[in-house]
Amino acid sequence: MTLDRLEEIADRMCRLVGDNVEAECRVRRTRLGLTRFANSHIHQHHGEDTTDVRLRVALDGRVVSTTAVGLDDEGLGRLVTDTLAAARLQPIDSHWNGVNGPLEPATMDKADTSTIEVQPGERAEKVAAFVAAGDGLAAAGFLSTTFMEAAVATTGGLSVSGRATSATIDGIHQTGVSAGNGHQTDIAFSALDGSAAGSRAARLAELGRDAEDLDPGRYEVVLAPECVATVVSFLGVYGFGGRSYSDGQSFVEVGAEQFDPTFQLVDDPGDSRTVALGFDSEGTPKRRLVLIEDRISRAVAHDRRTAAKSDAESTGHGYPESYFGPIPINLIVGAGSASADDLIAGVERGIYVSTFNYCRILDPRTQVVTGLTRNGTFLIEDGRLSRPLSNLRFTQSFLEALAPGAIAAIGDDARYADSEFGPNMVIAPSMRLASWNFTGGARG
Amino acid sequence: MFDLASGAVQGALDAGASYADARVVARQHERIAARNGEIDGTDRNQDIGVGVRALIGSSWGFAATSDLSDGAARKVGEEAAAIARASARLRAPTDLVLADTPSVQTRWQSPYEEDPFAVPLAEKADLVIGATAEMMGVAGVALATGVLEFWSTDKWFVSSQGHEIEQRIIESGGYIAATAMGKGESQRRSFPESFGDYQTGGYEVVRGFDLAAHAGSLAEEAVALLSADPCPSGEFDLILESSQLALQIHESIGHAIELDRILGWEAAFAGTSFLDLAELGSLRYGSELMNITADATIPGALGSFGFDDEGTPAQEVDIVRDGIWVGVLSGRDSAHIAGLPPGGMVRGDGFNRMPMVRMTNVGLKPGESSLAEMIAATEYGIYMETNRSWSIDDRRLNFQFGCEVGWEIIDGEIGRMLKNPTYTGITPIFWGSMDMLGGADEWHAWGTPNCGKGQPLQVGHTGHPAAPARFKNVRIGVSGGPT
Repeated sequence: MTLDRLEEIADRMCRLVGDNVEAECRVRRTRLGLTRFANSHIHQHHGEDTTDVRLRVALDGRVVSTTAVGLDDEGLGRLVTDTLAAARLQPIDSHWNGVNGPLEPATMDKADTSTIEVQPGERAEKVAAFVAAGDGLAAAGFLSTTFMEAAVATTGGLSVSGRATSATIDGIHQTGVSAGNGHQTDIAFSALDGSAAGSRAARLAELGRDAEDLDPGRYEVVLAPECVATVVSFLGVYGFGGRSYSDGQSFVEVGAEQFDPTFQLVDDPGDSRTVALGFDSEGTPKRRLVLIEDRISRAVAHDRRTAAKSDAESTGHGYPESYFGPIPINLIVGAGSASADDLIAGVERGIYVSTFNYCRILDPRTQVVTGLTRNGTFLIEDGRLSRPLSNLRFTQSFLEALAPGAIAAIGDDARYADSEFGPNMVIAPSMRLASWNFTGGARG
Repeated sequence: MFDLASGAVQGALDAGASYADARVVARQHERIAARNGEIDGTDRNQDIGVGVRALIGSSWGFAATSDLSDGAARKVGEEAAAIARASARLRAPTDLVLADTPSVQTRWQSPYEEDPFAVPLAEKADLVIGATAEMMGVAGVALATGVLEFWSTDKWFVSSQGHEIEQRIIESGGYIAATAMGKGESQRRSFPESFGDYQTGGYEVVRGFDLAAHAGSLAEEAVALLSADPCPSGEFDLILESSQLALQIHESIGHAIELDRILGWEAAFAGTSFLDLAELGSLRYGSELMNITADATIPGALGSFGFDDEGTPAQEVDIVRDGIWVGVLSGRDSAHIAGLPPGGMVRGDGFNRMPMVRMTNVGLKPGESSLAEMIAATEYGIYMETNRSWSIDDRRLNFQFGCEVGWEIIDGEIGRMLKNPTYTGITPIFWGSMDMLGGADEWHAWGTPNCGKGQPLQVGHTGHPAAPARFKNVRIGVSGGPT
């Protein structure tokens, strides 16, 4: 199915609903290729090509959305009929904010042509390079390529379409008693270097042998980009989302000084590095959103619904699949000038953490989160990694960790990093923080 | 639909697969959400398509398409075989072999009384809107939410070994929650459970919740929590109500006993397990009160079905017997490697996800005590209800849970309400400390509709029978708030 065909379906669905009905239709095709490996061989190989149609209608404020996968022309007609019938039985939604009218079309096309046609054998070659980088180690992970194209139309006259690609390799090497991770994400499959990602994972795994326990307590930390990405993703999901903000569950006070002056955070789908379509599911063009600048929380992400509640405009963050409502998903943390080695060199006694694992929020307003370290935890003594540590549990307020005066230095190594909420969401550097609350060790 | 699935299987075989199976899956999902006494969204999903597994050597190839036109199924079968063949670049030393399972041709349907999709949308919306309105009527409640969800799933499974199985599974459930906001904090109470309770069944499941009867008291508890004392820190006796214990089972037992994790197949993402197959039959998992089964045959439980997505019949498997680890969750490939019979525990999330080892209904057999007896027998301890947060390491050993509310127990009686209660522990030590377990009267098969596993991420529906239980000398009250 071509982009032209997606546009045609979206427009046709909006015509089919008839007069005096507001409608918004998103048609999306996703082609996913995924190669999984474990115990140093490929064990699951996945290919998928699906097209889904999401139709949202409003009849005098009675709103229903239906998403369907696998429809022919007859099915599309039924989708319209069924959705309208369901809407007639609905209570009125007093927060319905209508559909978008004609807007300046988003021109962003972030599809890499070579990534669209990647074959399973090409993915397998890069996986083989990752595995080969860890001689004698057990490798596990995945390499995925995604091509998404989508069109959105509304009865208000909006019609937008666009394409995006992404490629990710993420994996670990294991010694049997330790593990290390490597991660790369890019718009282009050709940019992935399986050998480099595998080498990083193997080096961390080897360094992690003979880990020792450390008593829990507060320590200065150097967090690798994966850890920073997880911290930032929690800020984005539980704080800078329009729903949590309008519900009063967010810590964000727009206009208030809440963070260390060195911490800058934007949501920027237009950045050349970010994986993004140029518009959201409502067709609103995405725009650069400054979230934290000069200590101050500046804005939150909105869809049309939460924007209306907050007397604001949609920022192009409407994702109906999101449990959390509109949230920023193209987050970029401002990089510093120190190398990752410099960050470690500045610590007299502290802990280096490669990855956080299984982080869960205890209270969204204080941003207290518990989780564990994984894939490489090391004691820092006198500016160097002195010995590997067993994994530690932390229970830490992320707000407190990034508060004024809490950030000692930020690295120059910003890159896409995996996060608790998945890859393709945060570009983050390493970070040195004054204090982190480790509340348990390997024995609990 | 069997023809489509058969065409996909034949396409894979003709392209060189040694084994292939295919599922045509048609799914309906309806979600009705209310917020503060108003409708907050009605979303419906329908999907249909075919997914094919092809085995060549040591690797699975999986391909899926929503295109059901002539020839598309056969083509996707061929694609699955081609994908599997590409894995030869990095193959295992030995080929995968599938443990035997009977080749049956049959139909199965989960029991239900009232088709949830036939209940008028307005009736369902009114129910959940009304409950949230009642919660908002309690002074101090800032946010009241409610969700009802329903699924109808039809599957047609065909394998190259002669399976032809049609299934229909109906699932229903939901929840309501009240949130009160204080200075720099929020407190939440939810019912029946923080993520909801879900069953294989029809609208009678939701009617059985009696949401209206619980909304008011729930909201009052959320407000009261704002002025409650913080949970004390220390090593105390801990009593868990059954929905929290169900999640404890899910995280510290259910995932740990997944054979694909034990074999390292999920090492990078979900993680591995602290369990070693060499210790199957001898490792002490917990106290002698602990008897865990994985039982996909419990009527009404969310993890029940007729056949799994490899065509293996649903069954009851002992996992922990008198505290000793004796069983795993397995599929045909992993079971053969471990030298075990296949457990019938492989399921996929829709047509476009490759089936993988999944919990069925992993739960505790009831004991002989009761919640009242546990409280009466506790000199000092904390009783915790309803999950609020959960975290466990990649080997399923080191966990920390938070609950919505705690209650102090002094000299056998419930005392003051406590906010932000948490507890932490190490899996076999924690389960080894269980000294009282509730009986059949307080036993309930909780349903979890949001179990994430695999890549691409799959959301699984699992069941967890549990009763209240008491644990001795647990570390309670881990705090991470601002210093």
